[in-house]
Amino acid sequence: MKIAKQYDDGRLTIYLYGELDHHAARGTMKAISDMMDMELPKETVLDFGGLTFMDSSGIALLLKVSRIAKAQMGRVWVEHPNRQVMRVLAASGIERIVPIAQESGKE
Amino acid sequence: MNVTNYIKLEFPSKSVNEGYARSAIAAFAAQLDPTLEELGDIRTAVSEAVTNAIVHAYPDDIGTIWLKARILEGDKLEIVVKDKGRGIADLKQAMEPLFTTGGEDRSGMGFTIMESFTDHLKVRSAPGKGTTVTMVRRIRRRRG
Repeated sequence: MKIAKQYDDGRLTIYLYGELDHHAARGTMKAISDMMDMELPKETVLDFGGLTFMDSSGIALLLKVSRIAKAQMGRVWVEHPNRQVMRVLAASGIERIVPIAQESGKE
Repeated sequence: MNVTNYIKLEFPSKSVNEGYARSAIAAFAAQLDPTLEELGDIRTAVSEAVTNAIVHAYPDDIGTIWLKARILEGDKLEIVVKDKGRGIADLKQAMEPLFTTGGEDRSGMGFTIMESFTDHLKVRSAPGKGTTVTMVRRIRRRRG
């Protein structure tokens, strides 16, 4: 699991690469939480374009990121999930809490 | 019931083995020529079942997890994830969406995802004895 970030004019974009499962989730959450605490972004974009796999551990992570964003009076959404990741997002109903910018359907 | 092929694996309940379990089931399922979506569903369902065993069956120590898979007549893949851990006292409650005893690291969506991503899900559990999750997913034969 690798993480990269870009900050520009109030928007923090976090890029995740690899497989997001229970094994990877805690370290990933800590890294994201540290980035958000440092930048205090108005908008946080989780770019899942490099994510090759995600299970329900990713849903718990999104709930946490959403709570942090709310406490910071910011917004958060997900971009570029692949088809497998999108199926997990859809099955969980997380879209009601964290919006997903639709550009999915890629393998 | 005709079984045309099977695997039996066992590994310790270390979280690093979640990826191993996904890769093993994907490699075994490949002989049924699944679509990418079917393969993704199978990997996800196994990831959920194995993670449940790691987090809930053996919360304070490392135990053994068994992953068994069989190919049944009609291009069906049967997957069994078994542990001899703590067991689940209230199975009905545990299978409710969003219910979790795993704290804020867990979403409570594991069983919901296993149910959505397979054709059949059966969970047997006894407190103090362990849990067995059996899932069946039919792989659709592609034509042409």
